[in-house]
Amino acid sequence: MNDQPVLRATGIYKSYQKDSLEVPVLRGVDLDVPYGKITAMVGRSGSGKSTLMHLLATLDRPDQGEIYFRGKRIDNASRAERDAYRNRDIGVIFQFYHLLPELSAVENVLAPMMIGQSTWQYFRNRKQARLRAEAMLDRVGLLHRGAHKPSELSGGEMQRTAIARSLMTQPSVLLADEPTGNLDTETGADILRLLRGLNRDDGLTVVMITHDDSIAAGADNLLRMKNGRIQDERILQVA
Amino acid sequence: MDPIPAEGTAMYRWLLCFRYLRTRYIALASIISVMLGVATLIVVNSVMAGFAAEMHDRLHGLASDILIECHASGGMPDPDGHLKEIRAILGDKVEGASVSVHVPAMLGIEFNGQLITRHVNLVGIDPETYDTVSQFGRFLLHPQNQSMVDFNLRDGGYAPDRENFPDAGWAYRRQRASYEKLLAEERDRIDAAVRKARGEQPATASDPSDDAAAQGPSMSYGFSPAMIESNDAGQAKMFDASVDQFPGIVLGIATCSSRMRDSDGDVRDHFYCRPGDDVRMMFPNASDNAKVVNQKFTVIDLYESGMSEYDSTFAFVRLDQLQEFRGMINPESGIRSVTTVQLKLVPGANLNEARDDLRRRFPPDVYAFNIQTWRDMQGPLLAAVRLETTILNILLFLIIAVAGFGILATFFMIVVEKTRDIGTLKALGASGGGVMSIFLSYGLLLGIVGSGVGMVGGLLFVKYINSIAAVIEKITGQEVFDPTVYYFNSIPTIVDPITIAWVVAGSILIATTASVLPALRAARMNPVRSLRFE
Ligand SMILES: Nc1ncnc2c1ncn2[C@@H]1O[C@H](COP(=O)(O)OP(=O)(O)O)[C@@H](O)[C@H]1O
Ligand SMILES: [Mg+2]
Repeated sequence: MNDQPVLRATGIYKSYQKDSLEVPVLRGVDLDVPYGKITAMVGRSGSGKSTLMHLLATLDRPDQGEIYFRGKRIDNASRAERDAYRNRDIGVIFQFYHLLPELSAVENVLAPMMIGQSTWQYFRNRKQARLRAEAMLDRVGLLHRGAHKPSELSGGEMQRTAIARSLMTQPSVLLADEPTGNLDTETGADILRLLRGLNRDDGLTVVMITHDDSIAAGADNLLRMKNGRIQDERILQVA
Repeated sequence: MDPIPAEGTAMYRWLLCFRYLRTRYIALASIISVMLGVATLIVVNSVMAGFAAEMHDRLHGLASDILIECHASGGMPDPDGHLKEIRAILGDKVEGASVSVHVPAMLGIEFNGQLITRHVNLVGIDPETYDTVSQFGRFLLHPQNQSMVDFNLRDGGYAPDRENFPDAGWAYRRQRASYEKLLAEERDRIDAAVRKARGEQPATASDPSDDAAAQGPSMSYGFSPAMIESNDAGQAKMFDASVDQFPGIVLGIATCSSRMRDSDGDVRDHFYCRPGDDVRMMFPNASDNAKVVNQKFTVIDLYESGMSEYDSTFAFVRLDQLQEFRGMINPESGIRSVTTVQLKLVPGANLNEARDDLRRRFPPDVYAFNIQTWRDMQGPLLAAVRLETTILNILLFLIIAVAGFGILATFFMIVVEKTRDIGTLKALGASGGGVMSIFLSYGLLLGIVGSGVGMVGGLLFVKYINSIAAVIEKITGQEVFDPTVYYFNSIPTIVDPITIAWVVAGSILIATTASVLPALRAARMNPVRSLRFE
């Protein structure tokens, strides 16, 4: 099972309509995300990396092509199945963190649990849920900031909160869209270390879009997006 | 994999909508508008219900359940026979019955040497039975008359709980009589002195025409022997106002008083006559060739029901006396006639049915009878009040509808503002229905909070409405509740739980409905678009 790619995309086409003009963004993307590895995706701005990630997260649908999660096709699954997939099987983090401003850090971390469970279930499990949220915050080194609102956190802290949130439902893949894009180099390196630690300790599969070649160089797997395709694929072996 | 739980059961929507409620001050505006609408609806409905109930009570109390009027000027002879017939038709539904004579009359009050005239409805009542069909005694001013009126002037003690009520009764009458006597003597003395100075013959005591009128009806033909007899008896001895009284009369309080404000703004009653004074009544007699009867009465009490229509038009005398004055007693058989039969039915009896039964027995084309229930008589007024309440409710619900549109606009703003968060929630696995339910719950919560606070506020307002009116009066110097207009001492209110439930449920429904469109928009929002750009 571990040889099987966690995520696989084949023949993905996606174009956007702009003033009745079709603008193709993805033109036949084939992609395998190997299990338990860090996959980096680079490419020029506007090359369609985010578009591909949204397709992988089932936030959008491809015009053509198929997406498989653990061998099961998900791009044309039912709405409820896709909701559950986003909630439990993958974690997503963004360049701009996207925390809910009305909720404290720990509540933000709890949000996927609240979304994924009925009120009754959640109420029954709220003690464990809270413990898990605190453990996740602890994992990203923010336990002491649990009660703070996002507006009271720094960029790095917000991104770490977002990572804790994405880990809440124990996903097998973490999709990260330029997680360090909005942070200074040092904070970015912290985030990267954190992701690498998660990969090493928990075997978490990470797909990470980045602009930074030095970050990309440290990945197990490097994909380059060019002209709407994955251009060259280079597999890096780590010692 | 397990599907995500059914839409809207998830916990986060409540957490989020509580947070939105706390952090969006713009939502406060919607809450306040719902709150004001609900409070106003409750206050207006309670006051209208209070007024309507009070009015119903009064109208019903005053009017008796069923009224049978005979249009013939001579009335219907043999009321006992008619009553027997009526009881046979209605069976044991009749609780009380009373016969009376109604006649239009002109009231003349001598005040400061001027004659004040009023058109009144002169009613001859049987004090024994009248109170069983309609409220009468309780509206009299003298406490003893309230339990039983005998149409004799009382010594005093009128209206003990009324401030500024002038002296009334025998004591007042004696005082006035002696004062007038003195005045007359003084005038005579001056007259005599003047005449003497001019060298004329000394004149007799006073104007002879005055005496004639004072001693009874101005006409002595066409009356029953008993009547003429009593006239003779009256003439036999001199009338002395300090010990004698004319037949007693009870005047509606507004026929002989005016209510106004003094310079300090206090409400004051001014009485043109009061118990102890004499008034003149002119009314037609019962013959086919009607003549005017001109009769003096002594006011023995005043009648204040609170219904200006009654207080300003009614005057009550004894039935037997009025029958005599109008010649309604058959000289041969001694049978008396009446113009009106009033019935009180047992509680819960169907008035319309009873009326229709009576109408079948006394069809209007045969008998000149007009048979009505009290509702028929007051129909237009009651209908007007109902219509007024309905229109007010519609208008006020429109206010809440306006609040609903406010919620709609506010929510659209919030949805736009929350675009990014909606995308985030969807990226975390929230369903479209779940996102929708956030805003629906938000609307529901707004409605509940708004109408809850509005309900409490409205109920408190109703509870303390009279104190509030007093405070407003003090601040603005303007009377909110004008007793010269309403005759109520305080604002009557009735809180009807069903009305309140409707109002609250209606406004919650409006608030929730108003949030449907924004919620739908939020649910349909494309998560990618909302996540893409910062
Ligand atoms: N909703 C949209 N409508 C039209 N064009 C879009 C839309 N979303 C993305 N695009 C276009 O698709 C291209 C790829 O965008 P994106 O995937 O965000 O690139 P990247 O993440 O690699 O910078 C861009 O040229 C962008 O303008
Ligand atoms: Mg991008």
